[in-house]
Amino acid sequence: MADHLTKGMARNIYYGGSFTFLLLLFGLSFHTLRELPERDYRETMTEAVATGKEVWENNDCIGCHSLMGEGAYYAPELANVFDRRGGGDERAFRGFLQGWMSVQPLAAPARRKMPQFNLTAEEIDALAAFLIWTSRINDNNWPPNIEG
Amino acid sequence: MKFHSQAVAKPYFVVALVLFFGQVLFGLIMGMQYIDGDFLFPQIPFNVARMVHTNLLIVWLLFGFMGASYYLVPEESGTELYSPRLARVTFWTFTVAGVATILGYLLLPYAELARLTQNELLPTMGREFLEQPTIIKIGIVAVCLSFVFNIGMTVLRGRKTVITMILMTGLVGLAVFFLFAFYNPSVLTVDKFFWWWVVHLWVEGVWELILAAILSFVLIKVTGVDREVVEKWLYVIVAIALISGLIGMGHHYFWIGPGEYWLWLGSLFSALEPLPFFMIVMFAFKMVKQSRHQYHNRAARTWALGTAVMAFLGAGIWGFLHTLAPVNYYTHGSQITAAHGHLAFFGAYAMIVLAIISYAMPIMRGRPHGNPPSAQRWEIAGFWLMTLSMVGIALALTVAGAWQIALQRLPKAGEALGFIATQEKIIPVYWAREILGALFFLGLVCYLISFFVGRSKQTVGTESLAKSRLPQIAALPALESK
Repeated sequence: MADHLTKGMARNIYYGGSFTFLLLLFGLSFHTLRELPERDYRETMTEAVATGKEVWENNDCIGCHSLMGEGAYYAPELANVFDRRGGGDERAFRGFLQGWMSVQPLAAPARRKMPQFNLTAEEIDALAAFLIWTSRINDNNWPPNIEG
Repeated sequence: MKFHSQAVAKPYFVVALVLFFGQVLFGLIMGMQYIDGDFLFPQIPFNVARMVHTNLLIVWLLFGFMGASYYLVPEESGTELYSPRLARVTFWTFTVAGVATILGYLLLPYAELARLTQNELLPTMGREFLEQPTIIKIGIVAVCLSFVFNIGMTVLRGRKTVITMILMTGLVGLAVFFLFAFYNPSVLTVDKFFWWWVVHLWVEGVWELILAAILSFVLIKVTGVDREVVEKWLYVIVAIALISGLIGMGHHYFWIGPGEYWLWLGSLFSALEPLPFFMIVMFAFKMVKQSRHQYHNRAARTWALGTAVMAFLGAGIWGFLHTLAPVNYYTHGSQITAAHGHLAFFGAYAMIVLAIISYAMPIMRGRPHGNPPSAQRWEIAGFWLMTLSMVGIALALTVAGAWQIALQRLPKAGEALGFIATQEKIIPVYWAREILGALFFLGLVCYLISFFVGRSKQTVGTESLAKSRLPQIAALPALESK
């Protein structure tokens, strides 16, 4: 490495540079957190959405599915399942989800299986509310098409 | 071994390897479930196998980092470990907590585990990689604090080297950023935003410091190169790692809610993330070329060089492959991500732990000059089998991802295939991945066999050493009796 770079200089680049960019990250995060409510339409969040997120977490849905592209890649993306399965109609989607959860696991041989979670009708309805709310977050237009 | 207390590292390494073995077994189960959805269903649903697979990975790497620190910090600092007893207590706490968590995943439905551990008091469960019950997370914090305290006191007490200082920054960062695991707001976008402060700032941030510090230590030992040469490189490498990696976190913020400027910031900074890994390769080969002594533990040198190359390939190249926003728009959450994840975790973090084990374990087992050649042959066979199989797995998953994108994401709505239909088409590639996974497992078995090959007295170089020293030793009592 270049001889004119001394160890002291390298150390200063490490501590100084890291600290500077950590501060920059804090600043950008502060801005993003202020901007987020307008992008996720937080004012439309109901109690049921929060409950739905708890149902989502307590059953480790992320262990098979992805949500906004994050999670496991074993089962379909669900941030846009409201559009895909409900066609944007809230009532239709809630009805679909009740039916879908009740018939799991599907009898199709060799197909990937979803366990039966024995959720109550209220829990499934909350899950639907959570997925509907999630589908409306401004995510820079991801995924490329409705198949997720 | 220069200090007795370095030996506390041994049980850490042993448990790390046992958990690694478990991780690979569950990987094979999941690989099979990708092909046949009925495999082990409903006994081990996919999500359970995945939790076990990923959590075992995290825990065995942490065991490895801890063992590495307990081994190298006393030697670097030139003093005994502050408290070997605390290190042993920490070890048992972590082992019991880790095993209990895995058993909980396997024996109970997840919702039941959440209920039993009172997740509703402080909900932190059910998020990828952070599935551990809250009480276990509190235990992890306690373990990390005791570990960082023990290492920190040792560093303060002794000589402060560049390696220990960088290791310390990495370990403190590891402990601090884990605290974000306890922040789980009901607003999904905010939850996701800070989830990355654990995940990204660990694996693309502070863990890189730990990696660089351990690798430098091993390289100094196996090459005998002057540490002055190492230190400047090390500072520059970790500086670039953090400067690119901190804002590089933006590549995770593309499609989960944050604003459009992250598309630019994330692309730009994360495109620089391969740079420190490239420098590590240059640095490692330069050091080995300048080797000052004939070192008998060839296996350790192989692992050290392998880590440098594979980290660059997995984290650097495979990361860059899909980090630019216009590319990531199509690859996000596809099998391409899985390809990168496998190659990067193995290449950077699994291999660095195996490298320090390869260097330190023979010394702790009373073989100061490394394992006998017969054992090293098994170990190096394991190295090649595992490394090449993992490259194969990453290639297979890359093909799977490209195929998935072509069928499911590139066509317009209406023409695009659905997720499950797409996955069924890709099954031949998943077969290739599974076969390569079995080869990886075979490599792991060869590697583990190496620990049981060759008698402990029979080590490289001891014969010649014994010959040269024998007359002096024999002469000693004669001198004393006078």
